[in-house]
Amino acid sequence: MSIILDHVNYIYGGDTPLAVRALDDICLQIPDGQFIGIIGHTGSGKSTLVQHLNGLLKASSGSIYFNGEDIYDRDYDRKKLRSKVGLVFQYPEHQLFETDVFTDVCFGPKNLGLDKKEVELRAYDALRKVGLPDELFYQSPFDLSGGQKRRAAIAGVLAMKPEVLVLDEPTAGLDPKGREEILQQIRELQKKTGMTVILVSHSMEDVAEYVDRIIVMNRGRVMYDDVPKEVFRHGKELEEVGLAPPQVTYILQELRRRGLQVDTDATTVEEAADVVMRALQYVT
Amino acid sequence: MLRDITLGQYYQTESVIHRLDPRVKLAGTLLFIISLFFFKNFIGYLIAAVFLMLVIRLSHVPFRFMVRGMRAVLFLLLLTVVFNLFLTPGEPLVILWKVTITKEGLKTAINMAVRLSLLVVGSSVMTLTTTPNNLTDGMEKGLRPLKVFRVPVHEVAMMMSIALRFIPILMEETDKIMKAQIARGADFESGNIIRRAKALVPLLVPLFISAFRRANDLAMAMEARCYRGGEGRTKMKPLIYQKRDRIAYLCILIYLTVGIWLGRLQLPAIG
Ligand SMILES: Nc1ncnc2c1ncn2[C@@H]1O[C@H](COP(=O)(O)OP(=O)(O)OP(=O)(O)O)[C@@H](O)[C@H]1O
Ligand SMILES: [Mg+2]
Repeated sequence: MSIILDHVNYIYGGDTPLAVRALDDICLQIPDGQFIGIIGHTGSGKSTLVQHLNGLLKASSGSIYFNGEDIYDRDYDRKKLRSKVGLVFQYPEHQLFETDVFTDVCFGPKNLGLDKKEVELRAYDALRKVGLPDELFYQSPFDLSGGQKRRAAIAGVLAMKPEVLVLDEPTAGLDPKGREEILQQIRELQKKTGMTVILVSHSMEDVAEYVDRIIVMNRGRVMYDDVPKEVFRHGKELEEVGLAPPQVTYILQELRRRGLQVDTDATTVEEAADVVMRALQYVT
Repeated sequence: MLRDITLGQYYQTESVIHRLDPRVKLAGTLLFIISLFFFKNFIGYLIAAVFLMLVIRLSHVPFRFMVRGMRAVLFLLLLTVVFNLFLTPGEPLVILWKVTITKEGLKTAINMAVRLSLLVVGSSVMTLTTTPNNLTDGMEKGLRPLKVFRVPVHEVAMMMSIALRFIPILMEETDKIMKAQIARGADFESGNIIRRAKALVPLLVPLFISAFRRANDLAMAMEARCYRGGEGRTKMKPLIYQKRDRIAYLCILIYLTVGIWLGRLQLPAIG
């Protein structure tokens, strides 16, 4: 059970002088239960790529298989696919439209044709999962703060109980605390439910700490696809395409250059602290 | 999806026509359209077509973009032709079962079809070679005399250019919100009219909110930069006629004189 992308290409504005090749020969395999980070500079094709995963965009060429079935087959049920691959767009708060948060979250499951009880149960469950306080459930979504709106919107997709959750820059425009909280919640959700989560971001720090695997996009191509450690080894190349490894990587590399025998593979602050402590004990 | 609708479809390239002062293009298009209604024989249309072809060649815009505008009016064109062809009374030419095609009908139909095509392609040349902003600039300056009659020319032009500027943005926004709602299982395509109208709510509400938010932001940004309307406002790129603009006016004048003179000649009846 997985998603497979096979030589996928996508071109915006096919026959106009402004044609843009947004995806260039993408081959990927996404197994169940993985937590994946997609990173890339602005305009590298991240959003375009994730919109293919639930069939919103149709590849100009190439094929995509979801659980072994070609999603471009004429009799493939793409509506069902959309409920299985939940996609949270960039700035999802712009899609809120109902008079209160709860009704808005109900929109997704209601479209699946579930009965009222099940719809409300799922909405309630989803709102709890994203950590929105109960007293906000019946407020107008437009009266919430940015971070709360974001949560409500994420709940709107979660309520459809997707097998794969794709989040396009869920932390864009939030303060560090809000960012931390949302990412933390996503991780917990992933651990608890074991669903596949794909997190799009252009910040390495965001991604490094949480994911099992990083896909680096550059100009519509997959540049690296590996575990975080391995990807961050290519510090220089990453900088060239406008990305930066986490700051701790820099510190560790500099320490090593100056003669401290540290392991530069650490990607989070805790790991790095650990590594440095060990190294210091070793030399003194 | 929605990107296929092209309004203000500017075609970016380098050419004399692109560089012309927008006032020249506006006036030229207007005169060209008016001239089409003066012609009485096919020579006039021939001259108009040749003139138009020359301008198109000079503009470096591929011909297929010109005819693309035709698609929108194709239905209208067909309707006009059909009605004129069958419903004009006069000397019968062909009689098929119950419908009669008259000589006059044939003539009017061809006349209308040619005129309409030239009209559409002619105005496409203007919109394809002039950015919307440039166009409103030209309108503002060209219509300035109307200020005497208290027409708020600057304000109208500003509103138009803002509106034009926002069309692609709102279109993109619509596309995005639509996709986001489809991802949540919304269905914009099936069901009867009532269901479809209802399905638009999740699209329209966020769209309106976003439009208001943008309008608000823009107004704020304009005020923060001390915008107070047209009084005493100068332009970064003021429109000043260059040599090429004068030459263009001359060309238009020559076309008009020759076209209308030859186009109104009483030709011996053909056939
Ligand atoms: N609707 C569209 N029409 C035309 N071109 C588009 C459209 N959407 C994106 N593009 C182009 O496709 C390329 C990839 O865009 P995409 O939105 O996938 O980038 P991204 O990696 O998500 O960037 P960001 O980090 O800014 O969100 C860009 O060059 C962009 O200009
Ligand atoms: Mg994006």
